[in-house]
Amino acid sequence: MARTRSLITAAGVLAAAALALTACSSGDPLASDDSTSGAKASSSTITVGSAAFPENEILAYIYADALKDAGVNTTVKANIGQRDVYIAALKDGSIDLVPEYTGNLLQFFDKDATAQGADAVYSALQKAVPTGYEVLDQAPGQDADSYNVTKKFSEDNHITSLADLAAYKGSLKVGANPEFATRPYGIPGLKSQYGVTATLVPIADGGGANTQKALADGTVQLADIYSSDPSIAKNGFVTLADPKNMILAQNVVPLINSKKVDDKVKETLNKVSAKITTDELGAMLEKSYNEKAAADKIASDWVAANGF
Amino acid sequence: MNSYTDAFAWLFSAKNWAGPTGIGQRLLEHLGYSGLTLVVAIVIAVPLGLYIGHTGKGRAVIVPFTGALRALPTLGLVILLALWLGLGLTPPLIALVILAIPPVLAGAYSGVESVNRDTVDAARSIGFTGWGALWQVEVPLALPLIVGGIRSAVLQVVATWTVAAFLPLGGLGRFLYDGLPIRDYAQMLGGSIIVILLALALDGVFALLQRAVTPRGVIAGRISDIRTTTQQSPERKERSWLAPEA
Repeated sequence: MARTRSLITAAGVLAAAALALTACSSGDPLASDDSTSGAKASSSTITVGSAAFPENEILAYIYADALKDAGVNTTVKANIGQRDVYIAALKDGSIDLVPEYTGNLLQFFDKDATAQGADAVYSALQKAVPTGYEVLDQAPGQDADSYNVTKKFSEDNHITSLADLAAYKGSLKVGANPEFATRPYGIPGLKSQYGVTATLVPIADGGGANTQKALADGTVQLADIYSSDPSIAKNGFVTLADPKNMILAQNVVPLINSKKVDDKVKETLNKVSAKITTDELGAMLEKSYNEKAAADKIASDWVAANGF
Repeated sequence: MNSYTDAFAWLFSAKNWAGPTGIGQRLLEHLGYSGLTLVVAIVIAVPLGLYIGHTGKGRAVIVPFTGALRALPTLGLVILLALWLGLGLTPPLIALVILAIPPVLAGAYSGVESVNRDTVDAARSIGFTGWGALWQVEVPLALPLIVGGIRSAVLQVVATWTVAAFLPLGGLGRFLYDGLPIRDYAQMLGGSIIVILLALALDGVFALLQRAVTPRGVIAGRISDIRTTTQQSPERKERSWLAPEA
């Protein structure tokens, strides 16, 4: 999930929270970046930005490479930070295009949005995006929150879906990021949609190693892990089904400055999005985590392999 | 700055103080964690420091070793220890004790080392044993520096316990970790302000304590010390016959 995934990085910043706040409020975080000032760049160059986590960075390079192959000049400014920061960069023209996630982006532009399913979220998002910007086609691939249990827990209690949890007699603890306490697909959603009472065990690593260990050693029964994370399969965790579509859809989608959109750009990015599935995301992340491959290399391999 | 107004509004709202996730409870948790950390650090570092200062042994090994441990980034250490030991209080406690030991240790050994050798020799010559000289002469004279070491550890421990909220623990760090993902900057800034005030208040308490444990003879004989310049008044001059000025 876009913004929260970078919490590990952000945690360091937290230690100096006051400092971080000053940094956030004092304007342009890209001021000292390279010489290509987006606002002044010729309209033929597209600057692709990315959030500060590996998956998003890879996607940014994929957009850039695919556009380059189609004859569009591109530069990449990767690892900008969290959503607040890179959306500000988009608005001041420092970047023109950024890979996004439908559900969280919709919530960012419209806090009261209620859409949940992939298509409902996408059409709500198209209306919520501010004038001057637009989202192109969404990819089938998602990087959404997902509730996971251990294989043993699933088999012992015959639980494969969130709907099965209501019949579970023991107490339920969920290992997830702190914001799960208030998110509609977190603790409150479990209660209101599935009638399940669970307590949150806040672990601020975005479903990372600490959360996975807590699930594996039984400290928590449920863990929120992002659906594209290859470690779900590696650890043999079982992702619970969500028959009521409680969890917000998070399809990958390009958010772009309308001034930079022409037929060629649109066609290229739509072709890219059509090929990005959750499995493809998982395979790319696997390369990033296990082989420590660089984001631009993973991206250029993918672009070449998919014939752009 | 609008965010400061919001932060103070958050701080002064009664509903933010009450309940098991309120500021009052978090403050108590934070004090509890910090206190526990200091007790453990003092139990380890003060005897070790007294030993090093009294005997002069082990200095070349222990001091650089604890100093090097301090260079470990605390958050990274918390994450690593939690992967190894599981969730709970132990991982951050270990990480924070590691952070607190070097200043306490430095205060203890430098305190004992700073005691005038002639004074110790005099004590020995009137019949003090090594142990007796340590407890009745060296430790009382070293106490201001020992407390000074603890004082510097308190400041770091209180400020750094906030990172432990990365794990499911309480304390004032909760406001920072819980506020960031939901962009509740008032809560984050308010939480930071409490941490700052708490650190300053405790530093003040320890400054007073440091003054209180300074033996009277030491104050009277002190020529010029930055920390006590405010105390230097005509009164001191009147008593200057107690110890001739150097």
